[in-house]
Amino acid sequence: MTLASFAFYMFATVTVASALMVISARNPVHSVLFLILTFFNSAGIFLLLGAEFLALLLVIVYVGAVAVLFLFVVMMLDIDFVELNEGFLQYLPVGALVGLVLLTELIMVLGGSAIAPDMIAGGPKATTDDMTNAEALGRVLYTDYVFFFQTAGAILLVAMVGAIVLTLQKRDNPKRQSVAAQNARRRDESVEVVKVKPGQGL
Amino acid sequence: MQALLTEYMPILIFMGLAAVITLALLVVPLLAAPSDPDTEKLSPYECGFEAFDDARMKFDVKFYLVAILFIIFDLEIAFLFPWAVAFGDIGLFGFWSMMFFLAVLTIGFAYEWKKGALEWD
Repeated sequence: MTLASFAFYMFATVTVASALMVISARNPVHSVLFLILTFFNSAGIFLLLGAEFLALLLVIVYVGAVAVLFLFVVMMLDIDFVELNEGFLQYLPVGALVGLVLLTELIMVLGGSAIAPDMIAGGPKATTDDMTNAEALGRVLYTDYVFFFQTAGAILLVAMVGAIVLTLQKRDNPKRQSVAAQNARRRDESVEVVKVKPGQGL
Repeated sequence: MQALLTEYMPILIFMGLAAVITLALLVVPLLAAPSDPDTEKLSPYECGFEAFDDARMKFDVKFYLVAILFIIFDLEIAFLFPWAVAFGDIGLFGFWSMMFFLAVLTIGFAYEWKKGALEWD
């Protein structure tokens, strides 16, 4: 067994096992942590395919940002851990339906490789021999597919505006530091020496 | 393809080493450390109050806003990587296409700055 196939089986096993833990862990925070483990191992599988850029994206965007977002969402919900596990069975039909669709797709893909192996082998490769994955992507993304690229920019803008409109709440009178006002303050306008006669007080 | 994978060989070794050290640090205390618990040792504080409340309280939605604004600029950086790698080949059109993309996101950045989304309160 070569090292590459050893690495593949290691990444694939951990991916599947931690994906199972995502849906079966009782604590949602643990689910998110297992999701991070799944992302990391999927990044390893992408690397084995030669798709370096996708592996990088998976680590930077999904592990670095999306998983943190999921953690915040989980922590923002007021979760009652006892109550949470009771409604588990009512989602079973929908979950089974999604699983069935996925299974059908997998059978179609794997069956295709069994019926016509030469079709699969002639398909697109993740990387060519003379350039890296990121370079191959960069050569077409900004010129040939410029419309999709700019659409992605517009979607990001809409997401930014939408997040601000939905979640930004202003306090009426926030206390902020004003450096200019602090520095402009002089001793004689803020401190006063008062002579107090004995026994009288202020 | 094989050359690409050999470049990642040090990372694989590193991962294996990390797993070995982690497992060793988990297993050795189980065998070596003395363990003699009693109720006082296991209580949260020897003096002072017991915990009043559950630590799992709801987070403020502001954390979510910070995270989602971070994701957007994270993705912007992700788009910059292949652009920088292929910069010599994509010509003036590729350059201005990225400049337009950055300008669109800068509009969003100016909006969030003006709205005060970067301030905490």
